Amino acid sequence: MAITREDVLHVAALARLELSEDEIVRLTGQLNDILAAVGKVSELDLSDVPPTSHPLSVVNVFRPDVARPSLPLDDAFANAPERDGDLFRVPPTGAAEESSA
Amino acid sequence: MPEWEPVIGLEIHVQLKTHTKMFCGCESGFGGEPNTRTCPVCLAFPGALPVPNQTAVEWTIKLGHALNCRIAERAIFHRKNYFYPDNPKGYQISQYDEPLCIDGSFVVTGPEGDGRVGIVRAHLEEDAAKTIHVGGATGRIVGSAHSNVDFNRGGTPLVEIVTQPDLRSADDAKRFLQLLRQTIVELGISDAEMEKGTLRADANVSVRELGETGYRTRTELKNMNSFNHIARGIDAELRRQIETWESGSEVVQETLDYEVKSDRVTPRRRKEEADDYRYFPEPDLVPVEPEADLVERLRSEVPELPGARIRRFEQQYELSYYDAEVLNGSAALAALYEQVALDGIDAKAASNVLMNDFVATGIDPASVNGTELGKLIAARATIPRETFTRALTESADPEFRAETYLGDTLVADTAELEPLVDRILADNPGQVAAYKGGKEGLLGFFVGQVMKETQGKADPKVVNELLREKLSP
Repeated sequence: MAITREDVLHVAALARLELSEDEIVRLTGQLNDILAAVGKVSELDLSDVPPTSHPLSVVNVFRPDVARPSLPLDDAFANAPERDGDLFRVPPTGAAEESSA
Repeated sequence: MPEWEPVIGLEIHVQLKTHTKMFCGCESGFGGEPNTRTCPVCLAFPGALPVPNQTAVEWTIKLGHALNCRIAERAIFHRKNYFYPDNPKGYQISQYDEPLCIDGSFVVTGPEGDGRVGIVRAHLEEDAAKTIHVGGATGRIVGSAHSNVDFNRGGTPLVEIVTQPDLRSADDAKRFLQLLRQTIVELGISDAEMEKGTLRADANVSVRELGETGYRTRTELKNMNSFNHIARGIDAELRRQIETWESGSEVVQETLDYEVKSDRVTPRRRKEEADDYRYFPEPDLVPVEPEADLVERLRSEVPELPGARIRRFEQQYELSYYDAEVLNGSAALAALYEQVALDGIDAKAASNVLMNDFVATGIDPASVNGTELGKLIAARATIPRETFTRALTESADPEFRAETYLGDTLVADTAELEPLVDRILADNPGQVAAYKGGKEGLLGFFVGQVMKETQGKADPKVVNELLREKLSP
């Protein structure tokens, strides 16, 4: 499975990255090398091995539903590029990028 | 023209009313000054790690039981990647191919029998923050000068329920949602209020010719914030799709908004890229493997649900479907009815009083002593109407006792009423003549006069008898 130029542009667009022509070429090569390296695994017969979603054999880690103090406003905003009263100010969001939640 | 069959599926989001958010200890729920309920986890500060809320997981399993789902022996969280300011991590923690609840069904009761709606899944995720668009045309996203974000809602637990495309009309969809809402409220896991956004629903809509198997292209309908709007939105979209097919065109897959004012659907601006969320397992969270005894305990905690209760009321109290449904409008009203009805009062009479007179008072049924109310209803024929109404409005008082009102009995003594009846007849010779001339409807007029004079305390039955006797030729 080879990574094409279109794949790179697609992934770049999803990550909101603007790539130069040089970078497109270089990244297409690098991504293919990475896939080839990982692809070594598929030389093994793994049909009876379930996919690993987590390296630890730990399950069921929860916290009780008990409130803890939240951050003071000034701490919450300490790293914000822009603050508008008690709100985080962000660039205008277009309908084209409507939230999916 | 062919006959068209609507095919409708729903995607419902329910905000759980846990004390805290899904993956951090910030307070959850309505209210709070903007951004006062945030922390490194829900603001996505580097290095902060999520830990799931145990109550949210248990409530989702409980809901899964209520939806007759299979509870997964193993479930995992996934990252759903997308960029938007309401989502500070750049991904939403959700569930993908291993959700908590799978493959259920929900029975929708109706006057003409039960309808079964398949449930594909119910999974747990986190809600997005609230974005406020500032400047530009009134509240419209396009053209706003900038946007502001309040992260209080960001990270609150959300259950997503996905149905099979089993609904066949807008009304069915509405009825399904109403019963589902009531079920969720009675499970005690969410307030599920559409106007507050704690219950949200999107509809997947398509049509096909009656008898056709397989599905045609569907559209996704959003932005509907009441049960009525959902029904109207679906109807508007069904009309549009049928017109499209009948005019020889094809329906294209797209996301639409329903606009109430114009009663029309409008396409959302097309994204340049198709959705590509690049789901992958959330490495910061370990799998959830609910233990069998926990799953069973949660199953045993599911109360009798509204749909089943409606059917039981129909049978046990021999009520019409309509009465059973109205009495089951809330668990508290249903419980009050059962207390009243248990006291051996005529079930239909008790149902009428509760559905009409009692509901009209606006009193919370949970605050009423059902035994005392039962005594009052049993004696209602012997006390003046006004007294009865006053008693109902005072029924939430902890001191409410039926006997307080029962002393206020109707005057049924003929000897006491006769002189009054005579006087009223004498005062209205014209009406008396008209009555005798055949206008028998005037009897009500005379009864009314007697009631007025006695401030409603005359027994209407006795007054009627007296009047008939005196007016008979």
